[in-house]
Order: sequence, then structure tokens, then C-alpha cells
Amino acid sequence: MAYSNKVIDHYENPRNVGSLPKDDVNVGTGLVGAPECGDVMKLQVKVNPETGVIDDAKFKTFGCGSAIASSSLATEWLKGKTVDQALAIKNTDIVAELSLPPVKIHCSVLAEDAIKAAIADYKAKQDKDKGVSATAGHEQPSA
Amino acid sequence: MKLPIYLDYHATTPVDPRVLEVMLPYFTQQFGNAASRNHAFGWGAEEAVENARKQVADLIGASAKEVIFTSGATESNNLAIKGVAEMYREKGNHVVTCVTEHKAVIDTCKKLEKQGARVTYLPVQKDGRISLDDLRDAITEKTILITIMTANNEIGVLQPIAEIGAIAKEKGILFHTDAVQAVGKIPVNVNELKVDLLSLSAHKMYGPKGAGALYVRRRNPRVLLSEQISGGGHERGMRSGTLNVPGIVGLGKAAELCRNEMAVEGERLRGLRDYLNEQLHRSLDELYVNGSMEHRLPHNLNVSFAYVEGESLLMGINDVAVSSGSACTSASLEPSYVLKALGAGDDLAHSSIRFGLGRFTTKEEVDYVVQKLTSVVRRLREMSPLYEMVKEGVDLSKMQWVTH
Repeated sequence: MAYSNKVIDHYENPRNVGSLPKDDVNVGTGLVGAPECGDVMKLQVKVNPETGVIDDAKFKTFGCGSAIASSSLATEWLKGKTVDQALAIKNTDIVAELSLPPVKIHCSVLAEDAIKAAIADYKAKQDKDKGVSATAGHEQPSA
Repeated sequence: MKLPIYLDYHATTPVDPRVLEVMLPYFTQQFGNAASRNHAFGWGAEEAVENARKQVADLIGASAKEVIFTSGATESNNLAIKGVAEMYREKGNHVVTCVTEHKAVIDTCKKLEKQGARVTYLPVQKDGRISLDDLRDAITEKTILITIMTANNEIGVLQPIAEIGAIAKEKGILFHTDAVQAVGKIPVNVNELKVDLLSLSAHKMYGPKGAGALYVRRRNPRVLLSEQISGGGHERGMRSGTLNVPGIVGLGKAAELCRNEMAVEGERLRGLRDYLNEQLHRSLDELYVNGSMEHRLPHNLNVSFAYVEGESLLMGINDVAVSSGSACTSASLEPSYVLKALGAGDDLAHSSIRFGLGRFTTKEEVDYVVQKLTSVVRRLREMSPLYEMVKEGVDLSKMQWVTH
């Protein structure tokens, strides 16, 4: 399969690889996909509590080159956006930017899911933080 | 050292220059039709074909009359399985095969099922081999054919062919083996193995594409086949069509070279393969070899690099030609059914790489591949959420994954 130059660029020079402290009340974590399906994305956003703007985003991805590129691109786009602007990112935007072929559209869908999951996690933590408990405890959607 | 490096010898092999040399005159000067009985052009072609038939027969311990030329192993498998099913319809309608067979066998069996035959697909054990007890249990009075491959094309695992041959003989059932990956690489003798039908292909053993053969036993028992391509009655009526003389000449020469060089070449490749395996294990952790190391082709290695997806791995080693069992590299978006059948988990199938070494592989190339793979696997693991979770002590098998 021939990859677009943009996919190759993101694969070779992925932006924002890494992890943010997942227990931080201002950090939202999304973990989507499954190992047996061949792709898992972890995407994290750090929201500035003063401005409501995402000022950092990180990812780690197990998946093909297109999955890596989709999540790398997503972190690039997330930085500087408000939470609501972030939710407006569509998988079709990613498909267009990376020129993904039809068989790779699921990679962009997964990236959109990861964004939504990270934001949802952030919002849940904020609600909990403002609610009964003042501790910044947070449970991964796991185990 | 020249790039890219070819380590995909199970997919196909280059034509050996010595093979090409003997083929060339049959395109232009000695272009006769081997079926032309009344002039020198035909006689020359026929002589060349009969010489090749002997060369192929000698490689597998058969007699020349038992070799039927075809276009390749897919056709040979179709002819063997469909030909037996049609010819022995009165005797029974049950075929026994195995889940890790090549698609040329599996899909042929599926076609027979649509036409009313019954097919048993034996499972494989963790090492990739069938259980002989399972085979015995599967056999019924209606069983007319057992078809089990000699060596698997993905994991290189050798099936217990001699034992299967003995069971087939004892029960009076015909035994076909798709030996396309094994012939020319390891000793294969149709009488020692008690095989009745055997498929082979030229392009897997340094011959040209488009030429293959089916061995059809003539004595004890005399195997009859219903022809699948009708016409002028070539090849004892089992496979009509003008013979591909240059291709057949190439197949014959390739067989002769393999027969002469197999022992030395096999040992050299086994050494290189073991070296590749050791070096990979030395530089990386969490590698899993798929299938038996003991019962395996000398030139095959199939390894899963845990927490790294196969296609992204191939992308990082784009100057090395290998294959992956990852879904992303297949048209179906399903991971390798062979690796799934081993029961190791789909995640390891997605992380697998098949290495096929061959006649022109050098140690220098293996060193390059190890070094390149090591750096790419390390880089991708740093990027892998699974690797991070495992290092944090998370048990991946207990996770509730959000599938899509």
C-alpha cells in the first residue's frame, strides 16, 4: 500500500508522543480500540483551568502507520482549542488532511473516538471535583 | 550489500540464473509444441519436457510417468482435490483437511462442500501441527481423501506427513499433500512418506512463475483423477492444454539444482535463520516465535513482536521485504487465520513478521535486518500504550477494551 506523504511524515516524526499525569484533575484521558483488533489509542488533553483552552495533548498508539498519523495529527489540532472546539473535530477532517484510503477510515474514526473519550474523562473529573469530593481521584476505564 | 533486502522467499523466489539460461532457447529457437508428433520442432520440445519430468520425479522419489505438469500449485491442489472428489464419488464424499492449509486447499474444499461433500477441518495444536488422534477420529467409512500440507507457508511448520501417510494407507484412503514450501528445501520422498498426490511449484524453488506439477501415484494404488481442464488429452488426459515448454524446462532445472544443493543450502539457511532468531532475542524482549521450532523448515522464522503492530513495523523497515500477519496488510482486514489457529491471541497475530530466507540471503543482510528491526521495535514500543501499561503492571488480558 502506498502511504501519503503526510502519513509518512507523522509516522517518522510523530508529534506529541508521551503521557500526561492521568490523576491530574485538569487532564482528560481517552483509551480506545482493542489489541485483538490491531489498534489501541491513548489520547490525553490538559486543559488550562483559567481559560478552558487545551494547552497540551499527548498520545500513544498501537496500530498501523495511519493510526499513528491520525492520533499524532489529532494532538496537533487539539492544542489551542477550547473543549467545545475539540469536540467539533470530525474523523472526515482527518481523512481529508492525511488522504487516507477507504480501508484506513477506521483509523480516523478511532482518533475521533479518542478525542471524545479524553474530553468526556476531563469533564467527568471536573464535575466530580466541583461536587462532593474535593480530591482529584480518577479511575481509568479499565480492569 | 544492495537494498532493498529480500526476505520473503515463501512468497516467491527469483529465478536462478542457471535456470534462466536453460529456458531461453525454448522461447525463440526450440519453440515447438510438445504435442507435435511429426516434425523436429515438436520432437525437440517433447524431449525437453520429458527430461524435465524426470528431473522433477527424481527430486521427490517418483517415476517420471507420475508427474503431471500444471500452471502451478494452486492448479495442482484444485486438480488433486476436485479430481479425487469427482472420480471417487461412488466410494464416498468426505474429505479431511486442516485449518492452517493454504487458501488454494481451503477454498477448494469449501467449493466441494457447496456441491454436497462433507469436509472436516482439523484444528492444530499450539505448535501448529495436527494431532494424529484427531485425524483418526475424523476418518469415516465415507472418507476418500486426506489433504494436509507438508510445510506451512506462514510459520514453516512441518506436519507429520509420514505418520499421516501410514494412517491413510492403513485405512485405504488417498493422501494428498500441498508440498509447495517443502519440495526442494527439505528431502521429500513420496514412497517413504506414502503420499498418493503431491503439489509443487517452480517459482518457490528458483524456477519461473506459471509452472508447477502434481505427482499422481500410478502403483499401490493407481490413482485416477477426473480432469478439471478438458481438451486435447495432454498429460495422460488429466490436464489438457499445450505445455508451457520453457516453464517446464525451468521447473526441471530448478528441481535438479535443488536436489544437488539442498543438503548444503539447507544447513546454511538453518544456521542463518537460527542466527537471526538469536540476535533478535538478544536485542529485544517479549518476542514470541510462532509455531514449532523443532518441526520447521530450515529457512523460516515467524516472530511476534509484542505491543507493536505489524504494518507499522513493516513501514519502519521499508528497505526490507518481509510479510506480516497483521490485519492491515491483508485485503480482508482480518489477521492471519494461521496464527489465530495456534490460539496465541489475535493481538500476537497483529504483531507478527514472517521471515523467509533463501539461496541469495547473506549474513550481512541478516545483521542489517536485526539492527534495523531492533531500532524500529524500540521506537514503536515507546509509542505503544500497551507497552506502557504492561510496564506499569496492568494485565492487558483483564482490560475491558472499548472496541469499535
